[in-house]
Amino acid sequence: MATTATTPRMWNGGRSPFNVEYGKLMMWYFLMSDAFTFGAFLISYGTTRFATNGWPNPNKVFDKAPFIGGGFPLVYVSFMTFVLIISSVTMVLAVHEGHKMNRKGVVKYLILTIIGGLIFLGSQAWEWTHLYMEGAWWGRNPFPNYDGTISTTNFTNFFFTITGFHGFHVFSGVVINVIMLIMTLKGTFDKRGHYLMVEKAGLYWHFVDLVWVFVFTCFYLV
Amino acid sequence: MEHTLESLAEEHHVGGGRKEIYRVTIILSVLTGLELGLGFAMMYMPYESLERHLFKGIILILMVAKAFYIVGYFMHLKHEIRNLVMTVVVPLFLFVWFIIAFLSDGNSFRNNKNTWDRDHKERSQQQMPVKEEENTHKME
Repeated sequence: MATTATTPRMWNGGRSPFNVEYGKLMMWYFLMSDAFTFGAFLISYGTTRFATNGWPNPNKVFDKAPFIGGGFPLVYVSFMTFVLIISSVTMVLAVHEGHKMNRKGVVKYLILTIIGGLIFLGSQAWEWTHLYMEGAWWGRNPFPNYDGTISTTNFTNFFFTITGFHGFHVFSGVVINVIMLIMTLKGTFDKRGHYLMVEKAGLYWHFVDLVWVFVFTCFYLV
Repeated sequence: MEHTLESLAEEHHVGGGRKEIYRVTIILSVLTGLELGLGFAMMYMPYESLERHLFKGIILILMVAKAFYIVGYFMHLKHEIRNLVMTVVVPLFLFVWFIIAFLSDGNSFRNNKNTWDRDHKERSQQQMPVKEEENTHKME
């Protein structure tokens, strides 16, 4: 081991080629594969939409919000979008506090992130319940196309499948964040000397936000 | 082992910082606001019109910009080593083919069906009976 001063031409172990910890690298690869899963979902949705004459108007279907009733397109979903973006910001701040080894800061921002996630999940539950009461579900579509013609159930099938899959990711993210919070409170990361675990949970949480950016645009806007 | 992990945790002080976080937050909020503004403006345009498609295109570009800021700054990818960035980003270019191939396939499927399957075209022009429930079933 005396000749380590000369740098080897080929990578031969002993140090991280990417300068990140193993678990974080694997989180990146997992997220990449998950991106392909969501990409496949959204592209099949797009393909079906391109192959169909007419499509329900999202501004008519999703125009309800709690307390204010119907006739307000985009209002509720913008609220949900901002909640998720802000919870992503608080997660970055939690990771940031972790770098500074500030346990109190990490706890504070993790709690805020969890609250954001729960608000989002609650909003989604409200929206699903409402659509269900209107008669929409897998295999049932009460909404006509924008020109009043008969629509297909593809609309509701894709909506519930993809937002459901995303919602399940949010749910897992909240559970992971709660586990991070408990571990932080117990001082596990202080004992380890680093908060890399919170960083990895953060990557997952940002990815959930990222997927919502696409789902939100593809289902509610265009 | 412990030492390596700690030094890896140290490395990541490069870039980031509260200032950058707030800057990206503002950028993301502005982009979302723009998207929503375009979405509201789109409601007053006729369906399948050129300007509506143009607005949809702009919204999709803004969507990719948002994705860039989330992955680059929040997920910190911009401050990682180039090799890591490449192993994550390069495979995603598959999506370029993926999107073009599948969407054009869907489009040509619809065109073929409308051209050759008269029955299908007629059926898709039928008006959907409006349910009475829709009027009575208002949210509280």
